[in-house]
Amino acid sequence: MATRFMQRLFPHPLLSVALVVIWQLLVNEPSINSLIFGAMLGVLLPFTTAAYWPNRPQVTRPWKLIPYGLIVAWDIITANVTVAMIVLFKPNRDIRSTWVNIPLDIRTPEAITALAGTITLTPGTVSVDLSDHGHALLVHALHAEDPEKVARKIKSRYERRLKEIFE
Amino acid sequence: MSHDILDICIAAALVIGGLFTLVGSIGLLKLQAPMARLHAPTKASTLGVGSILLASVLFAYASGAPSYHELLIIAFLFMTAPVSASFIGKVHIHLGQNRKPLPKPARDRIWATEAKREEDTPDVLEMKADA
Repeated sequence: MATRFMQRLFPHPLLSVALVVIWQLLVNEPSINSLIFGAMLGVLLPFTTAAYWPNRPQVTRPWKLIPYGLIVAWDIITANVTVAMIVLFKPNRDIRSTWVNIPLDIRTPEAITALAGTITLTPGTVSVDLSDHGHALLVHALHAEDPEKVARKIKSRYERRLKEIFE
Repeated sequence: MSHDILDICIAAALVIGGLFTLVGSIGLLKLQAPMARLHAPTKASTLGVGSILLASVLFAYASGAPSYHELLIIAFLFMTAPVSASFIGKVHIHLGQNRKPLPKPARDRIWATEAKREEDTPDVLEMKADA
């Protein structure tokens, strides 16, 4: 009974937390007033819009998002330097742009979205399309001698970790 | 003393941000194929904007009025940039400008953007049932 009541009151706990944090950042001055108003928003908005998203996205191990974020941040920095070198010093005829086909093991829409976003944010690769039933991701690589190698790296470095977080 | 170090950090972040934004613009001019050109702005929007906003946070902290709006800008930018990049790529395929043939999807028949007819469009419910 109590848990069902809590579920009705907080249909999306992570969304509630995110709303409180975003409100704090928007107000830009941490105070007890803004915290209370943020908490009100965090309860009211998910509660009133609950009917429009009946499914709760599953995030089984949210704490693993932190090391994942750090890895991605580090990769963004190093990839930026590599791509900058390619752009500045590699003649156009030597740049081997190619499509990369990544077979997916993750199945939930949230995990696939996170993977596609990560791939685009790390310079040098842009995720473009999903196959018609979501079993493969189409990625464009700016410079890759061996598309297979890029696919393997993405699978072992990002997809494996996202599978732990979301599934 | 500590202010000197902070000043150096702010200056370094600004220079790094400016450099990568510049490289992004150079890439936009220099690269030939449309898909390759798409890679240039993703660089400018991650490390370029990221470190300029970091400089802004540091400066606000140094001048005694801490500001956290920049963190929100980074968060929303990082969430929305991949969407527009994906859209541009999809438009590229839709217009048939793609000269290199797409690889065959791993376990499925076609890529979602290649779907021409009604029965080709992906079924979200089916995807969910699969999961």
